[in-house]
Amino acid sequence: MSKNWPLWEIFVRSKNGLEHRHFGSLHAADAEMALENARDVYTRRNEGVSIWVVESVNITASNPEHNGEMFEPAQDKVYRHPTFYDLPDEVKHM
Amino acid sequence: MSEEQIKNLEEQFEARIARDEKIEPKDWMPEKYRKTHIRQMSQHAHSEIVGMLPEGNWITRAPSLRRKVALLAKVQDEAGHGLYLYSACETLGVSRDELYEQLHSGKAKYSSIFNYPTITWADMGAVGWLVDGAAIINQVPLCNTSYGPYARAMVRVCKEESFHQRQGFEIMMKLANGAPEQKELAQDALNRWWWPSLMMLGPTDAESIHTEQSMKWKLKRKSNDDLRQQFIDQTVPQAELIGLTIPDPDLKWNEERQSYDFGEINWDEFWQVVKGHGPCNKERMKARVGAWEEGEWVRDAAMAYAEKKQARKQKQAI
Repeated sequence: MSKNWPLWEIFVRSKNGLEHRHFGSLHAADAEMALENARDVYTRRNEGVSIWVVESVNITASNPEHNGEMFEPAQDKVYRHPTFYDLPDEVKHM
Repeated sequence: MSEEQIKNLEEQFEARIARDEKIEPKDWMPEKYRKTHIRQMSQHAHSEIVGMLPEGNWITRAPSLRRKVALLAKVQDEAGHGLYLYSACETLGVSRDELYEQLHSGKAKYSSIFNYPTITWADMGAVGWLVDGAAIINQVPLCNTSYGPYARAMVRVCKEESFHQRQGFEIMMKLANGAPEQKELAQDALNRWWWPSLMMLGPTDAESIHTEQSMKWKLKRKSNDDLRQQFIDQTVPQAELIGLTIPDPDLKWNEERQSYDFGEINWDEFWQVVKGHGPCNKERMKARVGAWEEGEWVRDAAMAYAEKKQARKQKQAI
């Protein structure tokens, strides 16, 4: 049984000024081939000006089962938003 | 987890989908949801991959450079669509190798339409116009399906698919407006592809085993019969426009329903092809398995080269 090509995650910047966005994944023997394949698989119609490839095993992801501990603490911190603060109507541009 | 806890989780899960929330790979999901998605997404991916074969047949013999680049681009898109779908499917914890193994062993199905032969150039027109047309009708609702990676892949697929149908229709139109022999070619292709295209939209609602659950999970938004009617209603005027005749003597506009009535579909033929007895089932699998096996040394060489390069890099670092 031969060794399988590892999985790579593909991120594409669609134009300068925008961030790289996750487009999908593909298999390739190494990073260089992943880039070449990503060009053919994900940018056949000028969808990108820049590609990042990251081997999938190198991504550490949060676990949705822990979303409570992870994200709920932000919910009761209304003082982090500008609308929390009372200002007189006379104050403009703030 | 106790049975009650699982039941509870399942209820929450169904409620999320009912609220139009998307399910992402690491979210908890019922085992049946996972299995059904692996089955449908992989079948879909396999169909794209096998779907390259009937058209690949004509790339070298396309009648002009314009037709050749278009067909080549279409077939390349199909490879791309297969790859989007395989990678979306892999997010459910199944490996690419397992998926290929299921296809090659015959355990997994692909769309049975690709088991019909493409014997003339006009078939490239009919396939693009009818087969891709029916596929679009099937696929557009999937852009809103509940599983995030599948929905995102489908958005990309649908964006690219419309050129496929247009290039097919253009081929048919050109032939239909050409010499009598060319028109005959176009009509013959329509005659052969019409019924299999209708079958592509799946068994009748009464016989479709997956519909109800699939509706709930938004893997399906409309029933097979509704989709088929939609396909017929939109395709018949297109055929009339280019002067071709739909090969169905019972086809008739129904004023009351504002829809076409149509003749009986030969479901025996459909099930025969699904079960592996279509005109090209063996040929397709032989080509697919052959390509995979004969490519093994290339894949191995690429991997060996990558490892060698990596080792060299590490040595230099020391």
